[in-house]
Amino acid sequence: MSPRISLGMWIILALLAAFVLAAAGADLLATHDPLRQSLLLRLRAPGGAYLLGTDDLGRDLLSRILYGARASILVAALSVSVSLVVGTTLGLLAGWFRGWTAVLIMRFVDTMLSIPAILLAVLTVAVLGPGFLKLVMVLGLTRWPRYTRVAYAQTLQVATLPYIRAAEMAGCSAPRLLLRHVLPNIAGPLMVVATSEFGLMILFEAGLSFLGLGIQPPFPSWGSIMSAGRQYVARAWWLTVFPGACLFVLVLCVNVFGDWLRDRVDPRSRGRG
Amino acid sequence: MAEAALTVENLSLDLGPARLVDGVGFSVAPGEVMALVGESGCGKSVTAQAIMRLLPDVIRQSGGRIRLGADDLTALPERAMQTIRGRRLSMIFQEPQAALDPLSTIGAQIAETLRAPLSRVRGEVRRMLEDVGISDPERRIDQHPFELSGGMCQRVMIASALIARPAVLIADEPTTALDVTIQAQILDLLRRLATERRTAVVLITHDMGVVADIADRLAVMYAGRIAETGPTEGIFAAPRHPYTALLLASIPRLSDAPKSLLAVIEGRVPTPAEFGPGCRFASRCPRADAMCRSVTPVLGEVAPGHAIACHHPLGVGEAV
Repeated sequence: MSPRISLGMWIILALLAAFVLAAAGADLLATHDPLRQSLLLRLRAPGGAYLLGTDDLGRDLLSRILYGARASILVAALSVSVSLVVGTTLGLLAGWFRGWTAVLIMRFVDTMLSIPAILLAVLTVAVLGPGFLKLVMVLGLTRWPRYTRVAYAQTLQVATLPYIRAAEMAGCSAPRLLLRHVLPNIAGPLMVVATSEFGLMILFEAGLSFLGLGIQPPFPSWGSIMSAGRQYVARAWWLTVFPGACLFVLVLCVNVFGDWLRDRVDPRSRGRG
Repeated sequence: MAEAALTVENLSLDLGPARLVDGVGFSVAPGEVMALVGESGCGKSVTAQAIMRLLPDVIRQSGGRIRLGADDLTALPERAMQTIRGRRLSMIFQEPQAALDPLSTIGAQIAETLRAPLSRVRGEVRRMLEDVGISDPERRIDQHPFELSGGMCQRVMIASALIARPAVLIADEPTTALDVTIQAQILDLLRRLATERRTAVVLITHDMGVVADIADRLAVMYAGRIAETGPTEGIFAAPRHPYTALLLASIPRLSDAPKSLLAVIEGRVPTPAEFGPGCRFASRCPRADAMCRSVTPVLGEVAPGHAIACHHPLGVGEAV
């Protein structure tokens, strides 16, 4: 039934699983308290008890990166969920009712898309103040239009298919038609969008935290670790290299996974599987 | 005749200023198969959609009544209509494979007509699948449409349409997408189920062969109007409307000489924009005269249960 998974894909999947496990098991895996400072242990080079070294306040970098992974993945997952739900709901409604409902929703989408999302996020955080939940809401509520576009186009197409008409003829109510028949049939492309957005969200979170608008110190985030490490690049390379490498590898894995998923969902490539 | 299961009276459907269906009426008794025959665009499919009250937004019903048993459907609100669809009034159509949701099991889709989760009505669904001639229903019930052939999908559609024991089944070209041997099986199945379950069937088709196979009565539609209606045997033996006669004459026969030209009806069906006064078949009818082009013929009985709308009907046994 399912096409074979290549070795490269297995590596990507394993890495993704490792990141998720690291984030979930940060409490067990961390060798030190990520918040405990010790000025005597400032900027220790990697090795020994501090596997990846320590930061400018003497905190264990490995533990901070593990907890940072938790922040990144949690923020990305929650904000993707928020935008997926909001965007898909609006897209379904627009595609189903068409007419002025669609005009209203889709013009709103166009408006949202014409505002740079990162600028909107920076502005909102600057006005509301930073915070974990606010970060999730800001990212989630600025990134939904992409899902709406995809859901809208897919719903328009699926709604005219004979099996939707057949279900209607069998006496299906509109909400049931949408949830039981339309939604499952447009879920594939939406999941592809969601994975590519997931990678972007991780980058956004890191970017906002780097700017000091995301996760607030002393709590660790890859962005804020790098931001602090920026001043010590010459003396303590590990502060920027390790979180940067994590960010790079995680986003790369997510994106490759997204491409792979798209190939599997795309009906044109299904026959080759 | 018993109380009609479905009665359509004087139905008119408009697309903008054009009248697609003009004063169409017929009725079907329980257990009876009535064929609605006509060329593409004669209004037979929109008539079916009007009965289901699922017309495309651009088409409006401007007159007439549709009664299911004693209930007037025309007056019902949409919510009530929803409870009627599938339960008292069902429909199947062409392309059975496309008419099943690819992501849901066939059992779940049949159960949907009963508005119940499959787990609760599993036995009933299995018996229905058996009844429509699907072998190994216990395995098929959990399969997805792509695992079934076109003929089996149409059987599943029929199962889903009939499981709630509706009074009326509308079958819109149910066998057009199937190959000929499967076609015959599906028609036999429809005929048998209609008789056993006392379901009134409205069979929409352009294929006179299909009509001859299973219909008790037929109504021939031309350009939105009924040209001739009556018992199948009577009409096949002696069509009285020139259009019906030409339609029957254009069926190729095995006894025709090899490579002989197919019999055709000259000209083409007028589009709704071209509808003028008089008989709409006049431009193609060899018997038409000035009256045909100015006065619309009305349906009149020529024999019990056999009516035609023509100013110059053929005599019994007469050729066009």
